[in-house]
Amino acid sequence: MKLLKLIPDHTNIHFLRWRVPFYVVSLLLMAASITLVATRGLNMGVDFVGGQMIRVTFTQSAAAPVAALRGEVTALGYGEPIIQQFGKPNEISIRMKLPEGSDKDAGLADSMAKRITADIKARHPDVRLDGVDSVSGKVSKELGWTAFQALGFAALAVAAYIWIRFEWQFGVGALFALVHDVTLTLGMFALTQMEFDLNIVAALLTLIGYSLNDTIVVYDRIRENLKKFRKMPLPELLDLSVNETLARTIVTSLSMLITLCALLLLGPDVIFGFTAAITLGIFVGTYSSIYMAAPILIWLKVTPKSFVPTETAIDKQERLARERP
Amino acid sequence: MLDFPRWKQVFYWTIAGLAMLASLPSIASFSNLRWPSVLPRPEVNLGLDLAGGSHILLEADPSQVRRQRLEAMDEDVRQRLKQNAPDVRIGDISTKDGNVSFMVEDPGQIDKAREAVLPLTSGAQLTGKRDWDIQMLDGNRIVLTPTQAGIDQAITQAMDTATEVVRKRIDALGTREPTIIRQGADRIVVQVPGLKDPAALKSLLGQTAKLEFKLVDSTASQQDIAQGIAPPGSEIVPWAAGSSTSGAGAIAVKRLGGIKGDQLTNAQQTNDQRNNQPVVSITFDQAGGAKFAKLTTENVGKPFAIILDGKVISAPNINEPILGGSAQISGNFTTESANQLAISLRSGALPVDLKVVEERTVGPDLGADSIKKGMIAMMVGAIALMTFILVTYGRFGVYACVALVINMLMILGIMAVANTTLTLPGIAGFVLTIGAAVDANVLINERIREERHRGRRVVQAVEMGYKEASRAIFDANITNVIAAALMFFFGSGPVKGFAVVLVIGIMTSVFTAVTLTRMWVANWLRKARPADLAL
Repeated sequence: MKLLKLIPDHTNIHFLRWRVPFYVVSLLLMAASITLVATRGLNMGVDFVGGQMIRVTFTQSAAAPVAALRGEVTALGYGEPIIQQFGKPNEISIRMKLPEGSDKDAGLADSMAKRITADIKARHPDVRLDGVDSVSGKVSKELGWTAFQALGFAALAVAAYIWIRFEWQFGVGALFALVHDVTLTLGMFALTQMEFDLNIVAALLTLIGYSLNDTIVVYDRIRENLKKFRKMPLPELLDLSVNETLARTIVTSLSMLITLCALLLLGPDVIFGFTAAITLGIFVGTYSSIYMAAPILIWLKVTPKSFVPTETAIDKQERLARERP
Repeated sequence: MLDFPRWKQVFYWTIAGLAMLASLPSIASFSNLRWPSVLPRPEVNLGLDLAGGSHILLEADPSQVRRQRLEAMDEDVRQRLKQNAPDVRIGDISTKDGNVSFMVEDPGQIDKAREAVLPLTSGAQLTGKRDWDIQMLDGNRIVLTPTQAGIDQAITQAMDTATEVVRKRIDALGTREPTIIRQGADRIVVQVPGLKDPAALKSLLGQTAKLEFKLVDSTASQQDIAQGIAPPGSEIVPWAAGSSTSGAGAIAVKRLGGIKGDQLTNAQQTNDQRNNQPVVSITFDQAGGAKFAKLTTENVGKPFAIILDGKVISAPNINEPILGGSAQISGNFTTESANQLAISLRSGALPVDLKVVEERTVGPDLGADSIKKGMIAMMVGAIALMTFILVTYGRFGVYACVALVINMLMILGIMAVANTTLTLPGIAGFVLTIGAAVDANVLINERIREERHRGRRVVQAVEMGYKEASRAIFDANITNVIAAALMFFFGSGPVKGFAVVLVIGIMTSVFTAVTLTRMWVANWLRKARPADLAL
């Protein structure tokens, strides 16, 4: 049987030749993502801004009557809802701010949810109530802060690990690649206005772990080659390392993407955003392991010395003894 | 590296076999098959987001505990002095400024007063500190200040009691397998699977059920009450909505001399024999019954107020002494609200108000839908991936695929034995783990390929492949575990479930994708002694 070979055996692509233009493009993309997050904002779910989210499915209709619903819910006098589809067009979430004074009297939020669902059920008999999430302002602030802490700690802990296992330049490179991947993913959420909730933070944390897998493979090979070819100029050595591991990088990313795509297309609708974030992150992570994580080592001036044990006094005597004719 | 003695092979197969065996009950349950009841059945629990149910986070207000302690100390000080030092006259007792302070009219008696109140304070558990500080000011004033250790102890005790009360109330609803956990200093997490009406549960948990009987102060004029001015020794208490018979918004009651409704042995919803209105019948314990008998005997003909959570629900006249130790609480009740009050009274009052700060409820249909779709996605993903791996690596791909199937079963089995919970993101974690598990095989196989190209002989190439690839596999898995660990520590329920799947998946995948495949490859190399590898 002839085996499939996606990547030919001895590639010699000069990836690093285009490192500056790619870096410029990536930095621009990152800047664009940050601008988008700053101006357009993330579509924060109730987890982070507080409020109430009611999820319903219209079991008999192809699509939920979003415009009509918006009017009906607004008419109840609790303010204007944010209505959003998730998954199929007949599955929607209705998000409301918590009513005034509900931090003192929890009954207010309940009666709001009850009135809204009763009203929708009366008008649309095929509605199935799938869930109610209600988060107070205080709890949502805590959730936001813990999410921020978790992301920060994870990125630093992972970078520190790479630093310990390799060298500080590799730690910085890994951290930069991570920031790149997470920023672009956040940019996608700002662009598409998909809901940003606790699950997405879990996706970003997953990304911090998994998008580094490829980077580690490349770094591992760079370290190996640095020991092997001490005289080779760094750009050339990086190119060699990336080429040697190219098949690995592509096949591992592809195998992750195959399963993720199955989940994205066929999986539960409620976690679509979660899967989308991981999928995009893995995709971007593959690129960043080649174009972000590797070239930064040139600028941070990695040398073979970092990995060659320094010569002890005994070593020196032996070397001199050998060199003597 | 390629040397696998028989005992090692048996050992590895035993581990894999046991873990896979443990997954069977869960698989049977997912596919709606009956599992023989004589066999042990470790099963993966489904999280609330899959099984449907409610997650409710309750929060207490610690300042309420502090206030209650001050008020209790106020009353204790008065009583203590009355009993143990009746000749000491005190005045100007106040609970403002977060402490209890009072003036001793004769400065010469201040030491005696101090001696008398000293037993009211005691050591705060294990901290070596007292729960109240006693100070003497200006020679005639005694100040009792609660210490932080004392406050912490009081809050802990209040929360312990509250948790117990919450458990009793939920049990009274007859729901299955509720989870009730203290969280932090002042919170309680309640998780109830498969609940039909979370609103009823919430109103039950939100009811403090502090019942008091206090004498009505008939000397207060309606105008004063309306302005909130109470006669000395009395306080103004508002009527509960819809309960006032006179139309007044509030009523004056005497602060002292009432009794609390916490000494009950039973409470039942019944109907009033006269007008068939729903009422709550209560039965006092012996001490409570005696107090109640004394109160009603001494005050025949006077009205007394029944106060629930700081609101008057009725104020009947005491027609005759009530000596039997049981009484009827009437009010503006429906059958449901009377029943709810009866449950609350039976389970005891909450020592502190609890309010719902977070609630997540998932309907059972959505969860079932998610499981079905998750299963389909997992199957399709796994088959597509296995096809890809087979056509890319041939024989080595077969090993990788068998390892993958064993891996999936092992994750499920370990989750079942460890009694972990599968959540919706956990399903995604499962699928993700499938994709990540073959990474190790890819790294190994590519490395073997590379070593062959460099001209190494078959056995050596395989040995080098496993050895050299292990480093990167190890490092990558460590970073994944770091991320998952942070997720576990910072995440909420569903996210924790995801982290658990990832960590278990990382461990099993190293075992199956590295250890097991190496064993199989070694066996094959020994038997077939191939001169070349199709890779």
